[in-house]
Amino acid sequence: MIPEDQNKQQYLDAAQRLVESLQRGETEQAERIVDELTRVRESALFRELGLLTRELHESLKAFRLDTRITELTAHEIPDARERLNYVITMTEQAATCTLNAIEQSMPAMETLGGKAQALRGEWARFRNRQMSVEEFRNLSREMEAFLSDAEELTGKVQSNLTEALMAQSFQDLTGQIIRRVINLVQEVEDNLVKLVRISGGREGTTDENRNAADIANGALTNGEGPRIPGRGDDAEFVSGQDDVDNLLSSLGF
Amino acid sequence: MQIDKNIKILIVDDFSTMRRIIKNLLRDLGFTNTHEADDGNTALPMLKKGGFDFLITDWNMPGMTGLELLKHVRADPELCHLPVLMVTAEAKREQIIAAAQAGVNGYIVKPFTAITLKEKIEKIFERVNAGTGS
Repeated sequence: MIPEDQNKQQYLDAAQRLVESLQRGETEQAERIVDELTRVRESALFRELGLLTRELHESLKAFRLDTRITELTAHEIPDARERLNYVITMTEQAATCTLNAIEQSMPAMETLGGKAQALRGEWARFRNRQMSVEEFRNLSREMEAFLSDAEELTGKVQSNLTEALMAQSFQDLTGQIIRRVINLVQEVEDNLVKLVRISGGREGTTDENRNAADIANGALTNGEGPRIPGRGDDAEFVSGQDDVDNLLSSLGF
Repeated sequence: MQIDKNIKILIVDDFSTMRRIIKNLLRDLGFTNTHEADDGNTALPMLKKGGFDFLITDWNMPGMTGLELLKHVRADPELCHLPVLMVTAEAKREQIIAAAQAGVNGYIVKPFTAITLKEKIEKIFERVNAGTGS
């Protein structure tokens, strides 16, 4: 007999006895039967509550076993925040560097253009034989100064252009960092979905656990991504090209 | 010792920005015969077709990583002597050691400077030329 039918039968028996005892005027007996009815009702409630409690307990236990979540909240989210801050710093540096290079180059080019324009006018006068010997001497001196200016300023602009070029490397480095943060967000989302699923009473944790392990293993074989300064694991990383050179030369390179 | 500026160079990086930067830096240094690939899987067949004198590769790429590409190159009898320069953001000591053990000829960490690239290339070819006795 399923519990509900059992309850129904119990209720029915008790109700009949209650009616009979009331008709017979047995008040005490009637009260006992009312108590009995209440007990039947309570025991069904407690059974349901017990089931719910056990389910909740099992779910919480399963969820606690997944240490990946603790790791995510304790380390990886603050880490992602640091990474994104580093992206801001890097993009800012790149923008500043590029703008500096442009701001330094523009006046240089303006100076050079202005001088070339003036000289072209003078040169035209010379070609049209409108120039005195004294004026030509001046022109020749100006021409010489212009050529040396041109050499100097184009050199300067060229090095500014190289600097602006190198500054664009931020796109690669920040791109790599952002990709990793996207992966992290994806993982957090998966775990939240799992949490929702567990609270809904359906579990499917094995796949997600495997995914988390895959991600952790992947970091070792596929690389770490750009180094974020100040993350407290300095000993494992080289601090720059000099450090790389020292390490390689210690290996006989 | 003068490096032949006409050498054929393959630049491998998944970010096109970085490929352009390296290409432009190489042009500044006088190397104009440059080609590009976006990961090891694209690079390897290009290398196997032959004719490349120098390989510059990133480490962290989807598909085949730079380290795997390096290992493939060293394992191939036709390519095993190809000079390889790694230009990468990977800065863990054990990674640099792994690259050295796999037979890399030079290792540059990003972000790098134009001068670093020039120095490493010169150093690599100094050794390559000394090694072949030319």
